[in-house]
Amino acid sequence: MLFKILGKEEFCSLVEIILQSNEIIAPKRVGTNAGGEPIHQFLPVHSFEEMDLNYKTTEYSAKTYFLPYRENLCTFNFDGGRWQQEIAYRIQPRAIIGLHSHDIHALLKLDKVFIRGRFPSPYYVSRRENTFIVGLDHMPLEDEFSRSMGTHIATHGFDLFLTDLGDRYFVAVDSDRAFNLLHRVDTREVADDDTRAYLEVRRKIRDGFKTHINVHSLPNLLDLEFTSEVWGKWGEKCLSCGSCAMVCPTCYCYGVTEEVTMDFKQATKIKQLYSCNLLDFARVAGGHNFRPDGETRLKYRYYHQHRGFMEDYDEPKCVGCNRCGRVCLAGIDPAAVIKDLYEENL
Amino acid sequence: MCALPFRAYDVRQESEMLQLLDFNRQLRLKPVAKVFPAQITNVIRLTEMEKLFHLRILDKVDRERFTFLPGQFVMIEVPGYGEVPISISSSTSNKGFIELCIRKAGSVTNALHRAQRGAMVGIRGPFGTYFPLERMKGQSILLIAGGLGLAPLRAPIYHVTENRADFKNVHILYGTKSPDQLLFDYQYESWRRIDDVDMQIIVEEPNDSWNGPVGLITKLLGDLDVTPNETYAIVCGPPVMFKFVCQQLSQMGIPMDQMFVSLERRMHCGMGKCCRCNVGATYTCTDGPVFDYWSVINLKEAI
Repeated sequence: MLFKILGKEEFCSLVEIILQSNEIIAPKRVGTNAGGEPIHQFLPVHSFEEMDLNYKTTEYSAKTYFLPYRENLCTFNFDGGRWQQEIAYRIQPRAIIGLHSHDIHALLKLDKVFIRGRFPSPYYVSRRENTFIVGLDHMPLEDEFSRSMGTHIATHGFDLFLTDLGDRYFVAVDSDRAFNLLHRVDTREVADDDTRAYLEVRRKIRDGFKTHINVHSLPNLLDLEFTSEVWGKWGEKCLSCGSCAMVCPTCYCYGVTEEVTMDFKQATKIKQLYSCNLLDFARVAGGHNFRPDGETRLKYRYYHQHRGFMEDYDEPKCVGCNRCGRVCLAGIDPAAVIKDLYEENL
Repeated sequence: MCALPFRAYDVRQESEMLQLLDFNRQLRLKPVAKVFPAQITNVIRLTEMEKLFHLRILDKVDRERFTFLPGQFVMIEVPGYGEVPISISSSTSNKGFIELCIRKAGSVTNALHRAQRGAMVGIRGPFGTYFPLERMKGQSILLIAGGLGLAPLRAPIYHVTENRADFKNVHILYGTKSPDQLLFDYQYESWRRIDDVDMQIIVEEPNDSWNGPVGLITKLLGDLDVTPNETYAIVCGPPVMFKFVCQQLSQMGIPMDQMFVSLERRMHCGMGKCCRCNVGATYTCTDGPVFDYWSVINLKEAI
């Protein structure tokens, strides 16, 4: 890892350089919520001014740029009784600026599934390799628990990572393409007072977390509490709408459907992100549903996040951003669910 | 200064990646995104609901590379309709085509049932785990199927009957609801004729022409004389059936890691990605569909 100091104006010109020939995705203010707070989303921006790097969180995660909600997997071109399959991968480079550390950790977790697994996904690899990632440190929100999940510091998985030191950025450089890009603007080496200031920011971030969950004994607890009535308490509230999975930066399950054009000359195979909370998630041909009630589906969501993923990859799938807690229409708060499991609150 | 700060990364041109995508295809065919065009060479009517399809991969090289082990499944693509996971019913020694027994159940399988000989479909696979027949060498084998369970069981039956000398006692037990639901009825005689293969069939609701045993499949287990430690069991069927069968086999003393079942789940990828078949940490497509009974009872909600 290489560290540099980058002036804020220099960062602005860096963004303009990238913009000259590439699409940039960055947090953009899109509206105001009922409480008067700004709402942000990761969207394409066309100038430095359009970005709002002081954003607190985005409603949706940036996963849609790696795992699109709807993606064309392939096309079948019909010709009489025969057909030809056509596969296209997205290969246009693009930059995402302003990802918080837990969102970078989310990508690292997705990497484990889609790149390091037995069946690497070329669709994902292509998007991931073609995305230049600029991370950004942030002060935690009240309800975030990424420190508990160990995702409040990102040490890899990005190209550049910025920490705001007031008038300048403390920059971690983690790829040769980022290193080369920095040659095009003025940077300077890190001095002692930069390091001190950086560590001070780190300490503030670390101490800024108000919500904590105990994850160390969680897999074991989940095994023990499989039949706990706590699941009924929260499962009863669940509307099975799937919002949590839509905003989650790591939820990756999907369904595949096929559509035929009106002239019957082409069929497209479409992958659409799904949610394990939706009613027909585990329904098989013949009508049997392995998870007919909302309570079971909600429970299995937690099992995959904190138990199943742990067994496969030695880390939970959850990154503690609490987007799911905020978006849930029924008010299901992950930190509270886990607390209830520990304390058997009914 | 180049115009693009970042070079485009083309996944198709990355040699290392292509190697991964190639997935030891020297050994086995494991496509991720590409489906292999295959032709339906034969359609055999089994019952009102099930048909047996013979599929032949069109590309000669791919066809020769395609090998599978008993218990594995393939994804069958019907362009325009979708993709379904189907376990392979044919013998592993069968080169040139695979056989799939398919029940009319959803939109894809209904489309397949309408398909005629010569129609072109796609294959991805094979995927999943298999029955460890190598480990069973020198031991007695119980092959137990209920209903459509005979479809995945037919591959190990072929293996056992073709390599009869490798095994001690062989019992094939099959049960269905009614006689008209019996699958592969034209083959029972050929299995029975094999010296020293015990084949028994039981139905729950007999009709006038039925003169065999009547009842549930567990009834046949009572009369079996087995040496538990030297016996392996392969059980395929609906969850409620293999639950009772495995419980009874357990009582007979067969160790849980010598009983194998094949699970069914909704699947959209076959590669441990779509999560539809996920049960906690287990993916039915990559960790299964073949599990030993110990793993199954530890898979909460599995049966």
